[in-house]
Order: sequence, then C-alpha cells, then structure tokens
Amino acid sequence: MIENTYSNMKKVIRRNSTSRILGIGLALMLSFTTTLFAQDQQGDPAAGKSLFNTYCAACHNLDRRMTGPALRGVGDKHDREWLHAWVKNSQALIKSGDEEANKLWDEYKPSVMTAFPQLSNQDIDNIIAYTMAPKEEKKPTDAGTGTGTAQNGGSGGVGNEIILGALVLVFGVLVVMLFLVNKTLRRIAAVNGVEFPEKEERMPLWRAFVKNQFLVLVSVVFLLLASAYFAFGYLMQVGVDQGYQPIQPIHFSHKIHAGDNKIDCKYCHSSARTSKTSGIPSLNVCMNCHKSIPEVAEETGGAEYSKEFYDGEIAKLYKAVGWDVQNQEYTGETEPVKWVRIHNLPDFAYFNHSQHVTVGRIACQECHGPVQEMEILHQEAPLTMGWCINCHRKTNVKMEGNEYYTKIHDELSKKYGVEELTAAQLGGIECAKCHY
Amino acid sequence: MKPVKAGRFKIVIYNMASNKKYWSSVEELNPNSSIAETLKQNEFVEEIPTDEFLGDKESLDSSSTSRRDFLKYVGFTTAAASLAACEGPVKKAIPYVVQPENIVPGVANYYATTIADGYDFASILIKTREGRPIKVENNTDAKINGGANARVHASVLGLYDSLRVQGPKSKGQYTSWEELDTNVVNGLNAAKAGGKQIVLLTQTFASPATNKLIAEFAAKYGNVKHIQYDAISEDAALNAFEATYGMRALPDYDFSKAEVIVSFGADFLGDWQGGGYDSGYSKGRIPAHGKMSRHIQFESNMSLTGANADKRVPLTPSQQKIALAKFYAALNGTSVGGELPAKIDEAVKNAAAQVARAGRKAVVVTGISDVDAQKIVLAINKSISSVVMDVDQPRLTRQGNSKQVATLVKDMNAGKVGALMMSGVNPLYTLPNAAEFEAGLAQVPLSVAFSLKEDETSTKTTYVAAAPHYLESWGDVEMKKNHFSLMQPTIRPIFNTRQFQDSLLKWTGNDVAFHDYMRQAWETTVLGGASWSQALHDGVFIGNGNVVEVVEEDNIEASTDENIDKNEASMVAEAAVASVAASAGKLAGTASSGMELVLYPKTAMGDGKQANNPWLQELPDPITRTTWDNYLTISLADAEALDLENYTVSNGGLNGDYVKVTVGGVSIDQVPVLIQPGQAKGTVGLSFGYGKKLGVKEEMKTGVNAYPLYLDFNNSQEVKIEKVSGTHEFASVQMKSTMDGRNDILRETSLEIFNTKNSHEWNPQPEVSVNHQEVPVEESDLWASFDSSIGHHFNLSIDLNACTGCGACVIACHAENNVPVVGKSEVRKYRDMHWLRIDRYYSSEETFEGDTEVVEAAPNSIGTYHQLEHPSENPQVAFQPVMCQHCNHAPCETVCPVAATSHGKQGQNQMIYNRCVGTRYCANNCPYKVRRFNWFLYSENDEFDFHMNDDLGRMVLNPDVTVRSRGVMEKCSMCIQMTQKTILDAKRDGRPIKDGEFKTACSAACSSGAMVFGDVNDKESEVVALKESSRMYHLLGFKGTRPNVFYHTKIRNTEEA
Repeated sequence: MIENTYSNMKKVIRRNSTSRILGIGLALMLSFTTTLFAQDQQGDPAAGKSLFNTYCAACHNLDRRMTGPALRGVGDKHDREWLHAWVKNSQALIKSGDEEANKLWDEYKPSVMTAFPQLSNQDIDNIIAYTMAPKEEKKPTDAGTGTGTAQNGGSGGVGNEIILGALVLVFGVLVVMLFLVNKTLRRIAAVNGVEFPEKEERMPLWRAFVKNQFLVLVSVVFLLLASAYFAFGYLMQVGVDQGYQPIQPIHFSHKIHAGDNKIDCKYCHSSARTSKTSGIPSLNVCMNCHKSIPEVAEETGGAEYSKEFYDGEIAKLYKAVGWDVQNQEYTGETEPVKWVRIHNLPDFAYFNHSQHVTVGRIACQECHGPVQEMEILHQEAPLTMGWCINCHRKTNVKMEGNEYYTKIHDELSKKYGVEELTAAQLGGIECAKCHY
Repeated sequence: MKPVKAGRFKIVIYNMASNKKYWSSVEELNPNSSIAETLKQNEFVEEIPTDEFLGDKESLDSSSTSRRDFLKYVGFTTAAASLAACEGPVKKAIPYVVQPENIVPGVANYYATTIADGYDFASILIKTREGRPIKVENNTDAKINGGANARVHASVLGLYDSLRVQGPKSKGQYTSWEELDTNVVNGLNAAKAGGKQIVLLTQTFASPATNKLIAEFAAKYGNVKHIQYDAISEDAALNAFEATYGMRALPDYDFSKAEVIVSFGADFLGDWQGGGYDSGYSKGRIPAHGKMSRHIQFESNMSLTGANADKRVPLTPSQQKIALAKFYAALNGTSVGGELPAKIDEAVKNAAAQVARAGRKAVVVTGISDVDAQKIVLAINKSISSVVMDVDQPRLTRQGNSKQVATLVKDMNAGKVGALMMSGVNPLYTLPNAAEFEAGLAQVPLSVAFSLKEDETSTKTTYVAAAPHYLESWGDVEMKKNHFSLMQPTIRPIFNTRQFQDSLLKWTGNDVAFHDYMRQAWETTVLGGASWSQALHDGVFIGNGNVVEVVEEDNIEASTDENIDKNEASMVAEAAVASVAASAGKLAGTASSGMELVLYPKTAMGDGKQANNPWLQELPDPITRTTWDNYLTISLADAEALDLENYTVSNGGLNGDYVKVTVGGVSIDQVPVLIQPGQAKGTVGLSFGYGKKLGVKEEMKTGVNAYPLYLDFNNSQEVKIEKVSGTHEFASVQMKSTMDGRNDILRETSLEIFNTKNSHEWNPQPEVSVNHQEVPVEESDLWASFDSSIGHHFNLSIDLNACTGCGACVIACHAENNVPVVGKSEVRKYRDMHWLRIDRYYSSEETFEGDTEVVEAAPNSIGTYHQLEHPSENPQVAFQPVMCQHCNHAPCETVCPVAATSHGKQGQNQMIYNRCVGTRYCANNCPYKVRRFNWFLYSENDEFDFHMNDDLGRMVLNPDVTVRSRGVMEKCSMCIQMTQKTILDAKRDGRPIKDGEFKTACSAACSSGAMVFGDVNDKESEVVALKESSRMYHLLGFKGTRPNVFYHTKIRNTEEA
C-alpha cells in the first residue's frame, strides 16, 4: 500500500521548559512529604531511596510488578527479621524450608533474587522505610499551576500577534489620514484658485518599452534565462526529499533516547558497524530497556507531548512485541511495526554504512544531522550524488592504524610525497564503486 | 504480381519464384463465394458496428462535451498525473520483532549442505541473505564431489519455483497432514492385513540414517520392499561391480593421477556414473614439468569428454563393444573375433599399447550399458593395478536396480501391491514402460508420491505428499564409503511440506523429528566421538569405518521377491564362474545392423528433474551451443543420405528438419535434427530430460521425451529414422563453428612443440611497428595509461587446458549478477543476456594445426577461407570462456556519448546502468562482443514469465546487484560487488588481503581450476605467476586493447605410443 504522508508532516516546536522546572519542583515536594511520613519508621527513607535505586530498581518497582513483586508497603507484609534474612540471601531462606519464602519462590521462580550480604540491617530498614511511603497522588493544585504557567507562556505568542495587528491597524489609519490630508489640501487649493501646471503628454512607459526593440530583446533573453534557471532548480529538486519528516506508526523520539539519555546510536543501530544497512532495531532491542521502563519520567512529558502520550507510545511497542505488562511475560502475539523509511537511496546506488562508520570513522551526525535533538526524525542531507561526491573529494581517508592501508600508504607517499589522501584520490569517485 | 494484402481474415501471397498460391481459408477456393468476393474489396465482410461504442450521431451532437473540452480534460489529467508522479512513494521498513542472533541484515551467511536429489550429489555451501538462500558455492573442504556442476548451481532457483505443490493434496484438493497420516496408516495396516506388499520406490538416497529408518519401517509393517530407482540407470556397472567385488556400488576414480585415460563411451566429464570427475581430470591436463595426461576417447555422440580428448575415435555403440573386447585382447596378448574398420582397429591397438606402457598410471572406463563391458573394464584396471581406480572406498551415489523396478510393475499389475510410497522419482515420466506402470498404479489401493511438483506421477497417486526442497530438509549422504556429507535446511519451509523421512517416522509411530533421529544415529555410530556440530558446520565428515547400523529384520529378507533373489544369486554365481575372457568373447560377437541411437543426458538438463528451471533451459549446450531444446544429433553424411538439412534463415536463426524416430515399436513423431560434427556415422544421439508436460511452465515445455526409447535401460538402441514434414526453429547462440584459421582467438599447440620449441614460435606476442622498429604491442601507446600500480589491479586467468566447458561458471554468473532469462524466441535472435559465454570451436581439419597449414598453403584466397568455414567430420574441439575482457584501453569507453562506461583504477571496465541511454555504440565497438543490451524489461513483465516475474522467484535475486531495466547495456563487471566486499572486510579488520581472497562468481564456481582471479599488484599472487607463464596470451592481443583477462594456450598431448 502506498500512502501519502507528506501532507501529514509536522514540524517540531521547541518544548516548553517551564514544565520541566515544575516537574523538578514536584519531585522536591514529594521527597519532603515522604520525609514527613517516614518519621515514625525505623529508617531513613532518603538513604533508602538511593539504596533502592542502586540495588533494587533493576528488578523492582514500588507500585508495579516487574521481575520481582511491587514493593510498596512490603514492611507490612512480612516480618522485619524475615525481610532481613530474605534480602541477604533469599535462596538460603527458601532452602531452609521457610513456608513464606517458598510461597514467594513458587510464584516468581525461576528468577532468583540476587543475594545482598553487603547490606546491613540498617540499610534494609532504610529501604523498607522508603517503600512504606504512601503513593503520591497527583495534586490538583500542581496540575492547575502547570496549566496556568502554560497559559502564561503561551500569552507571549498571542501578544506578538496583537502587536502585529495593532501595527497593521495604525498603518492603515496613517494611509487613510494621508489620503484625507491630500484631498483636503487639493480642495483648499481649488478654493484658493491655485493653478496646477498642466502635465505634458508623455509617451506611456510601456509604449516606449515596446518601441525600443533592443530592450525588448534583452528582457526576453533575461526572462528566458531566469525561467530556465528556476525550472532547472525546480527539476533538480525532483526526487530529493531533504527535510522529509513522515509520521511514524510509533512516535519514537530520538531526542529522548540519543539526546537526553545519551544512548549511543550504534547500541540500537548495531549493524551500522558491520553491514551495509544501519538496520532499524528489531523490537527485542527496544525491550532490552523497555522491559523495565513502562512509562516515561514525570519530567519527560511536556506541553506538546504529555507524559500520557509518551506512555501510550510505549504501550504501542508492548502491543507490537507482545509484552504483557501485568504478568511480565511475552504473549507471543506479535505485530511487526511498519516504520516509514526516511532515507531512501535508489536501487542503483550502493551505500555501505560499515565502510563509513567503522572504516571511515565518520560520526552518524555528519550525514544524519543532530539526531539527538530531533523529536521527530527528518532527512537532514539531500542524499544526492553531488553531495556524496563533494564529501569524497574533501574527506581524507583515515589510514593511520589500519594495516590494510599500510602498503598503499607507503607506496603513495613515496610516489607523490603526500601524507594525506582524499577518498576521491583512492578511487572513491569511480562510477562503479557505488553503481553496480 | 498483386499487392500483398494483409487483412484479418486472409493473406494472399503470390510467390513469383515458385508461382505457388497460398490460401488462408477454403472459402477462397470457391469461385462463387460472396464472402470471398466481398473480402477482395473490403477488409471486413460486414460493416463494423461503430455505433455500439460511439453512440448515434444525435447523442454525439447533443453531448455537452465538445472536442475542445475533451482535449482540455486530457491535457489537464496528463499534467496532473505527471505532477503527481514527481513525488516518491512512501516506502516501509519492517524490522524483525525478534532478530535471530546470527542474522545481520545486509550481511550474507553461509551454510554447508548437500544436494542429493538422486541424480546430482554434491557438497556445497549456500549463501543466504536475510534468511533467503540465493547462491550455491563449492565446498572446498569436501574431498569428493565438492564441485557443483551447472545444475547444482541452478538448483537454488528450484526452491522458489512458483509451481511447487504447496501442501499435501488428495484428488487435486489440499488436505491436512493429519488426515493424510490417518489414511496412510490405515492403508498400510490394510495392506499388512491383506498380505500385500508395501513398496517404497525411491531415488538413490545413499543416506545411512534413511536406510536405518526404512529398516525400522519394514520391521513394523513387514512385507516391505525398498526399491531404488535411477531414471538414468547405471545398472550394468553396478551389477558388474557387485559380481566382482560383492558390493552394490561404483568404483571411484581419481583422474588427477592418470597418465593415460582410455574411455569407451564414458562421458566422465558429464554425468557418467554420477559425474564429479572433472576437477581431478583437469589437474592432470595442465602441463607440468613437460607432462600431462593422454586421453583417448572412443564414442558415438560428440560428448563433453570426447571434446576434451587428445584423440577421439567416433564409432557406433556395437563397434565400441568390439573395440573394447579387442582392446582387452591386445592388452592380454590374446585375440578375439569381431570386425572393425582398419582405422579404428589401429587406434584400439595404439591405445592398448599406451595403457600397457603407462601401467599403474593408466585407467580404462566405459559407459556401455552392458555388464560384460563393465566387467572387462574392472578386470583391466585391476590387472594393471591402476592407481586411478579406487574399489576399497567405492561410490554409493547410484543404487538403482532396474530388475526390481520391472518386477514391481509386474506385481502392481498382478494386484500384489497394497501400498506404494514414492520419493524423488517420477516413473510415469522416466520409465520406458510408463503406461504399464500407470495401469498397475490404478490397482494399488494406496499410493503416495513425495514430490515437489504435481507432475506426471503425483497427479495419478492417491496422495501428493508435498515434499520440501533439499534446501529446506535434513539429511545425510554417504557419497562414497566412509565419506559422509550432511544436508541441513537453509530456510524455513516456504510451504506446508514434510519430508519423506519425517513421514516415515510418523508412520512408524516414532514421534522424534528426523533431525534428532539422524543426529542420534550419527552420534552413536558414524561420528565415533567426533563433534556433531563440527560435522554439521563443515558439511562433510570422513568416517573411520563406523557405519549406521541397519537393523536387518528377518521379515524384510523373507519379503523380498524370491525369484529376484534367485536370479541375482545365480547371476552372481554365473559371473564368478564365467571368466572375463568369455565376456570379451561375447562382446566381440556383437552384431551391428542399421542405425543406432545413443541416449545421453545433456549438461543443462540431466535427467530432467529441473525442467522448470529457466536458467538451465537457457544454458547453451557446451557442444551444440543450442538452448531450450533437445534434438537428434546426426552426422553430416547420414543427414545427406536421409535428405535432412540444417540451414540459417534471414534473421540468423537456425532451422532444421523433423524426423520420426522409432525404437522397437515405440516412436516419437517429430524430433528436430541437428547435424553434429564428430557424430559417428551410423549413429544418432538424443538427450533425456526434455518433453516434460506437467509441473512446468508453458515456455519450459520444450523438446521431446526420450525416456520411452530407453528400452531395458540400455543407452544404445537400434533405431529407424524417417524424414517427416515441418521445420523446427532452434535457438542457438553460436552459428560460427570454426575460427576460419584465425589463431589470435584461440591458441593451441601440441605437447611436443610446447616442450621442445621456444614460445615465440607457438605463442608469439603481437608486435607493432614504432619508428620502423618492431616492439611489443604493450610498449606502444596512443593514449595516456591509467595508473594502476598502487592499490589493487585485478586480472583473470583462464587456462584453456583445464577448462572442460562444463558451464558451471555460466550459471554461477547468472545467479550472482541477476542476469535475466529472455526465452527461446529472443535467444533465437541472439538477444541472450549471458555475461559469460563458453565459445566452442571446431577445427576444420582433423587438427587445429591442419587449419594453419591450409591457410599457409594458399594465403589470401577466398577459397581457402570458405574451406575453413566447415568443421571436419571428426573435428578437434576447444572451449573458450569469454566475458568482458576489461581492456585497459577499452574501445567501448571512448565511444560512449554519455560516459556510462568508464575505467577504474582497479582495472575494471565499469558499466553504469543508470547513466546509460542505450545508444549501443559500445557494443558495436567491442571486438569481443561481450556486451548485452536489454531489449525489454525482463522483470515483472508477463511477456517474460520466468522467475523474475513472480514474487517467489525474485527472492533469488542478489540484493547487492541492480536489476537492469529496459534500454540499457550490461556486461560482466568482474564481480565488482565481490571484490569490493573483500576489500571492505579487510579494511574493517585492519589487515592486508591475502592471495586467494579475491574471487569472482565464475572463478569461485570453477572447480577445475581453469579460472584464477587475483590482484596483479600483489607480486606473490598466483595470478602473477600465471601471467608470466609462456602459455599466456591475450584475446586479439594485436588490437592493443590490453585486456585484464588473459588465456593460456591449449596444449594437446598428441604423442602416439
């Protein structure tokens, strides 16, 4: 099926940073409230939080079952001593025949909980203290403030329009006034009997132009050249999709992944190192992280794309890959994602990523632009042959440290007395290097 | 003469020369016919009812759409459509949900596997891309049959055959495997209860695990017979070997060790006894230290082997038998009766003398379908204790037993057979008595055919059990004793198929998969402690004597037909008693009468299993250079006697007469005749594998089926030939039979001259005059040269001594480079697209030197050259693979108006399709005629309904090579995609490239070592050594094109004893 998604293109608007500030404020407030609640427990929830994030968060969430059970309120479910023993070495406890422990094991096996003999009882108490904090409800006041600020922020845009409108109005009034003044002056002059000198009958400009054949010829030539120039420019744009920014079936934000979280491009596009294609990551690669990241952080959601929106997109991933969040297991019902391909080279052009990425040691951004800043990815480079050739002409081949080039480099430097060579000089602009 | 008038109903042509009048309908013969009269005046009898689609005049006038409006609409829609077309379509990219660990998109994986379709057996590597097998490569680790032939290279296309049966079928309807299993098990039990035979009629599996499984199946049901059937039988050779060595197998030969090879009708470079002997043969043919093997061939048809022989003696099959008897007698110093023409008699004596002199280093082989002949040959090789023949580890790749097949047909007709399971066979196409088999099949209550196709047999059985292609199956093969190969799937089954072995397991009540069964069998026996994974990785395994134990149940022994047993036993006993001398006496008494037909398998089609493979249909026969056909080959003398003709028509196509061929009451009505130089007088040849009607596409229904003439599985038959009316149109790619005495194309000399004379005499390098001084062509130059001294500079070496003309490289090139198939009618117009062709040249005299002598006797005489145009009765033959020569001074490059063809630093002459506008100047200016023009769009075009016209068939395309469109020129690229890949891999690993890493599709496919590819800037490389050889020459070197392809002069060992 061929759809036209050109009309669906969207431009990214820089997201409002006020929401992020708000988010941080919210987090601060949250930590303050937890401290309040934690006071009657034997432990320090603040220290517990940091311990929880270090040791537990890989498998546990406070409110959601992951590899292990949800931990909120765990202190009430089990005996304190039992918890100490369990955290330090759960398998030993199971083997000792403890009924409670075996019940848990039956539910979660074969995932074995890592033993933490390095944690002291105090540490464990701190963690429990952290887990005992009640779930933070979203406070309506916060939301109110949030939207309020958003409106404030938005007023700047409206103001500009008003100013522009006012200016147009003022300008219009001035024009009318000028016309009126002129009219009044003429009337006064007529009343006063001032004579206007009679205008000489001059040949109209257009007739003069038509009469001057040389001028006509020159302008026609000029017009023809100009239109040819623009027609050529237009035609050269045919098939060049620079800036192509289609809507994807899942709103994947390179900004969040490669920018905010600084994930290496080649973590997901791993075949760029070894293959001609950079490869769109298969969904199991997404699940390496998203198995434990079912939702974005509060502060990720913004004015343009809310947290709910992002969470919805992650849900789409789960649906495609067949991941049951509730039971933390794959259902086996998969549904491949049909991404819209952005960078399309024609079939007769051969391009190899590994040649450029691994051998040429070129950063992805050189051709793909600042991907880490793109909320929605677009085609940065024109991907025309001229663009390729230009780069081949000015880029030096990275020969140092590559034994393949040792002999070639020695011979070349002996022959031409040069140290650096461009790709073009090594045959990189020969037709059949890319067309076969 | 009246003007020619071409109407819909009649064409009347008055031919001045013959004054004949042609009618197109009987109506015209009636002088009073009004219709004929009307037609003379008008094109159509009745007025054409234009109103029906235009409407009446009034409504036209009242229409609101004026002509002007109409034109406006047309203009607007055209403009709108062209504007809309400027926007590219949206392309989707769909990644894996869970990417398999070993697949990286864009990177090829290779798997070792084995083809064993009952005719071709070879250990191969399969190149897969994104899980799709796309190409076959040779498995160089294999000690035996590691070189794929043309059919094996093409077999990957069979996987994507759109006519494959897609699931189990019953009475033409798809059914489920569960239902099939229930009914089959019921049927088997019914047969068992009724005391009837259960017969497994299969191809030769040579599979230890399958044999074990069949024994278990037999143990369960009892009264089970396993009959193996080879469409092209090696029964005589198997029986002779069994009688001599007590094992049903065939000796293995290592021709690289041979100094003298004498063959009586054995096409051992073709498919004789399973084939695969060409690489060993070629090793012995390359002159080293002044020595090479001497090969004498006695044969009837001009075979690939005969074409490569140093001395070829044409004679009839009955003369072959006498000659073999006399040869044996001469070797033993005795004498036998029988009459032979003096010339042949002398040749036989000479051959015997040479074998006697070479002693252990000699070998004698024969392809005569006669147990006596085969026994004599075994006896001779044994008596000279030939090092070439290996009987201790014999070959197991032919097991067919034609006697048992004959008994089966009788039993079926007698109603003794209760169930018949067939796998890998198509008896209704390949049996000479197919009608009898069909009648018998109707009496078998349960018949199941495991088949890839709904073919002649499987459409007549109760069930078609959809079988997987070998690239989707598990299996093991014991090619020769202790030499094992493993077959593994390289793709998941495309259709709902299940292999024969898995089904047997099911029906035996065993729930394991065949893979597990086989692995278990191997681990307990064959492997002897070695690693299964390693064996699977290598694809080959040399055992240490451990064999898969076959449970010999008493009831199988009892169930085999006692008559056969007795017959065989008595035959064996008889043979043991009768001396070989008696066999020779019997052979010598062979009487010949009339014309004799020799049936043979063609290089491209073999036994016809792959008849629906367009690559193979279009592969030119190495000898006749004809595609898409089989035909009766006949000698010129016999053709003249029977008033048969071959002639070329104005468009360059070859036409031939038809004959009716009758063998023992069976006749084929219309067989085209092809006059074949070198065909023995009194003989005709016809190939198997054609004339298939079911399971093949319309275009592939070519030729005639020769199997009905294969009476008693004997490849020579007495035949009657009558001329019948009609003209056949051949699609031949080479009309020029000889070189007309131009020895700059193909050079050859004799071993004697090669050893004694300076190379300037037999391989002069061309010179030109510069400032009145003769200098080598290489040293004078009009143009500035390309500097290719740094980096890589590729050369391809082709040794005409090692090249046997087998055609494997042509198919490998097809597969690697997405070369399109154009079909018979286009080939007839010389629009074939092969990037690589193997030219075949005949000598017009008995020897090529003879040609030179004729030229020197009367140079510059037109008569001389007319004389040289005709090949001799028994010509010498030479093969020359020709592809783009990648000239350093390429004539094509200078004439391209758009610079679509240009030169690379690495020596390649580059062809850029997207730049080409199709002027074809380059093809005109190319002296080697290697450029091919895309006259049509060959992919996704219903006019060319081959593999590129369906989604399944296109899966075989190489994703690294562009599929060319209409109107562009194309040619050999020296597999730049492969050299670029090798370079890139080295760059990525940061290492220099070793010699031998660079390959082209053709050089990789060439198992005979005739093609060597490499980098001439690497002074240590093999190709540099080859370039410095005294045998090296460039094709048309005097033109100064400086090709990057060079050839090695062919040397013939003409020394008589």
